[in-house]
Amino acid sequence: MSKNWTVLAVPVISVLLGLVAGAIIMLVSGNNPVAGYTALWNGAFGDSFYTGETLRQMTPYVFAGLAVAFAFRTGLFNIGVEGQLLVGWLVSVWVGLAFELPTIIHLPLAILAGAAAGAFWGFIPGFLKARLHVHEVIVTIMMNYTALHVTNYFIRDVISDGSDATDPVKETASLQSEFLQSITDFSSLHNGIYLAIIAAAIMWFMLEKTTLGYELRAVGYNQHASEYAGMSVNRNIILSMVISGAFAGVGGAMQGLGTFGNMFINSGFSGIGFDGIAVALLGGNTAIGVVLAALLFGALKVGSLNMPIESGVPNELVEIVIALIIFFVASSYMITWLLGRFKKKEAK
Amino acid sequence: MEVCDRVTVIRKGKGIGSVNVPDTNPNHLASLMVGRDVTFTTQKNEAVPAQNVLEVRDLSVNDSRGVQAVRGLNLDVRAGEIVGICGVDGNGQTELIESITGLRKATGGTISLNGKNISGFKPRKVTESGVGHIPQDRHKHGLVLDYPIGTNMVLQTYYQKPFSKAGIMNYKEVYKKASTLIKEFDVRTPSETTLARALSGGNQQKAIIGREVDRDPDLLIAAQPTRGLDVGAIEFIHRRLIEQRDNGKAVLLLSFELDEIMNVSDRIAVIYEGQIVAVVNPKETTEQELGLLMAGSTKGAGDRV
Amino acid sequence: MDTVTIIALIVSSSLFAATPLIFTALGGVFSEKSGVVNIGLEGLMIIGAFTAIVFNLTFVDTFGSMTPWIALLAAMLAGGLLSLLHGVASIAFRADQVVSGVAINFLALGLSLFLVKMFYDKGQTDMIDTRFIKKDIPFLSDIPVIGDIFFSNIARPTIWAFVIAFVAWFVLYKTPFGLRLRSVGEHPMAADTMGVNVAKIRYVAVFISGLLGGLGGAVYAQSISLDFSHSTITGQGFMALAAMIFGKWHPLGAMGAAIFFGFAQSLSIVGSSIPFLENVPAVYLLIAPYVLTILALAGFIGRADAPKASGTPYIKGSR
Repeated sequence: MSKNWTVLAVPVISVLLGLVAGAIIMLVSGNNPVAGYTALWNGAFGDSFYTGETLRQMTPYVFAGLAVAFAFRTGLFNIGVEGQLLVGWLVSVWVGLAFELPTIIHLPLAILAGAAAGAFWGFIPGFLKARLHVHEVIVTIMMNYTALHVTNYFIRDVISDGSDATDPVKETASLQSEFLQSITDFSSLHNGIYLAIIAAAIMWFMLEKTTLGYELRAVGYNQHASEYAGMSVNRNIILSMVISGAFAGVGGAMQGLGTFGNMFINSGFSGIGFDGIAVALLGGNTAIGVVLAALLFGALKVGSLNMPIESGVPNELVEIVIALIIFFVASSYMITWLLGRFKKKEAK
Repeated sequence: MEVCDRVTVIRKGKGIGSVNVPDTNPNHLASLMVGRDVTFTTQKNEAVPAQNVLEVRDLSVNDSRGVQAVRGLNLDVRAGEIVGICGVDGNGQTELIESITGLRKATGGTISLNGKNISGFKPRKVTESGVGHIPQDRHKHGLVLDYPIGTNMVLQTYYQKPFSKAGIMNYKEVYKKASTLIKEFDVRTPSETTLARALSGGNQQKAIIGREVDRDPDLLIAAQPTRGLDVGAIEFIHRRLIEQRDNGKAVLLLSFELDEIMNVSDRIAVIYEGQIVAVVNPKETTEQELGLLMAGSTKGAGDRV
Repeated sequence: MDTVTIIALIVSSSLFAATPLIFTALGGVFSEKSGVVNIGLEGLMIIGAFTAIVFNLTFVDTFGSMTPWIALLAAMLAGGLLSLLHGVASIAFRADQVVSGVAINFLALGLSLFLVKMFYDKGQTDMIDTRFIKKDIPFLSDIPVIGDIFFSNIARPTIWAFVIAFVAWFVLYKTPFGLRLRSVGEHPMAADTMGVNVAKIRYVAVFISGLLGGLGGAVYAQSISLDFSHSTITGQGFMALAAMIFGKWHPLGAMGAAIFFGFAQSLSIVGSSIPFLENVPAVYLLIAPYVLTILALAGFIGRADAPKASGTPYIKGSR
């Protein structure tokens, strides 16, 4: 029981420490922490519009976090979520534009196409790592840049006629929801949020209840024993990157079919992929953790936009707070050590 | 006993008592450590070997650096006997075991099990053909330390019924089996869900042996099965190996402890520079003779089989 | 354009783009050779770029034409301090080094943009006037052909990049300190038993990586981007990381890889001026550096083996 408590304590304490540190920075730079954090809270949950925006912002974070967490559990570092997300975005929008189909086919098709694109983008580094022992960090970084330039090229020269953005996807492939918009005062919240929760459940089920999950986690913990046990380490590495990429690709589909409804030229990375790393870490690489961490990140990001308006604090403070939270999670050894000493004092 | 003046015995976390070295002997100490009398020489009946289970012919295997470690090795292990391989570490034992169990590909020769050619089989196929492997490095190969000890018990069988069906794991069945094995093989653990990492070396090894023996393999390979274990565990493990042999299974034992080899084996095969240079009867040989053979000197009276 | 001019153009722009990468990649080499993974090179470049631009804007009247050089020193210091945070987390707190590196990236970006807002009340800085420009090297650029290609239009920091690369090689492979550093990265326990202070060496190595990473960012900001905003450093740190891996964790290899990346990047910029390449669709030139790297890793470089103890906190007394 105490072990479970500690596992939960680390992320929670890290968040608290991060917020405290943020407050200190605000004080030092001449701002009012109370006003700053109140503005942050109001900006995230203050009314139904903001709450809708927070949930909408959370959606791709869930997918990015699931992608990174899934790969981490198998012992792989998927730093390529940015690229996998971009290709998923592109392909899902393309399918959303190219076909005339009833919604019940068109929408799932577009999402699956996004998943497949992301899966393919993840397959390449997975294959290279499994067969040729090439470092997945460097391949995925390269694939990120390749994805950026390739998707921009496709948008400008293949899908549209030289313009900087595609047309909006057909209604039959859209995730936008009148219902959700109406209850959140016309925020951009869309049906993707349901998919995010379902995806988290799928990841949990896959890892904890299937033979595949048994293998993937074993390979992540001990490749030698997995080989001894008869598992195919290569196959599992590749499969892990493919599934991880698929999650990221669906995240991109969320942006294309839900948040924006189209795709446009990107001058740089959206940052969702890198934030996904933070979400996965904060969530302890578990499905439920990722969902909660994504909610936190969504709230921080959306809420931070209100901070300069309501309290004069630059919204970049939130980036600092996020960074410090990650630091504290990384230094969890220190936190657990401190907790242990605290408990000893109580026992005495 | 050679270096110390006094000995303090600890059992299950408690100090049992201290004795002066001159006032005690190995048997006395061992029984203090374990809590009951311990026999150092294993009691066993005569072996009744039958047909060949394992036949290794002209096997060649390279090590991780590409250097030939096994050079044209021949070996037979029959049902109902224990063959002990003794040799100085680095003479090809590890590569021999790895090639039989599918962890390393041989460069030449054949391995057959019960007449079926299993050379080049992947580890899973080797296991399914009826081979059990207690690995030399229990932390590297034998267990996933960060898994509960319970799920480790199905490491090679998780994909079969009843532990899983259509890709979905049935952890209830897994833990049921684990619980049975843990009791039967005296694995001391707070529960089946305790992480394997938390168990002592001896209990980890007992768990591995339980897992391998429970599958009732025709050939059981035991590589350094008692390395780093206490006398009680050693005795337990030896008894199990002999039990397998008495049930008509073939056992291949690899060990660097000459005591163990001489005690447990029915036949001893000496490996030197990648070949079996001699096969001797433990009752008719001495440690000195084995030592000489292990160092490469040939027997005066020619080979004996 | 004749061949010599084309080659000169390629060499010049390649080295210009490669210089920041060389510095940062060398920083990565020091850190990783000592056993501390440093994903935070991106963050170090960010803080270096930020410090250099801010210093330049603030002090350009005081120091005149020397400003960019002194700004480099300030940036190095900033990078060193930031890297110590990574060091403390990784060494003293035994944090997962990859995670800590990711945190450094977030922290650097957030902190620098926050300060930009606080100092200048807007999202990006003004552009600097005094910067590093490409000049001809006196005497050497007068050599026919070779002079035109290799010694014309070279920014001064580029020369320093080569110098520091060789110094790094010398330090790592020809000095006792370098030997100790490398041993700590391969087998810290053995080094420890020989009396080497593992933690101290790792702190020093991480600090050096901070100095060099900040230097790389500062050179980039003061020669290429000329201002600082959230889009100044977008992945150059990761490219430097890739160059380090590509160069097999060797200072000269990392330098060579960085030059290769600079070359590939410059192709996309100057490609339209080169008759051979002007018909190639831009997208191929843009992705060329990345695809070529992947192919090279897969085909020629093969196994990339990091220093054996890389990424594992050293706990005294553990096996």
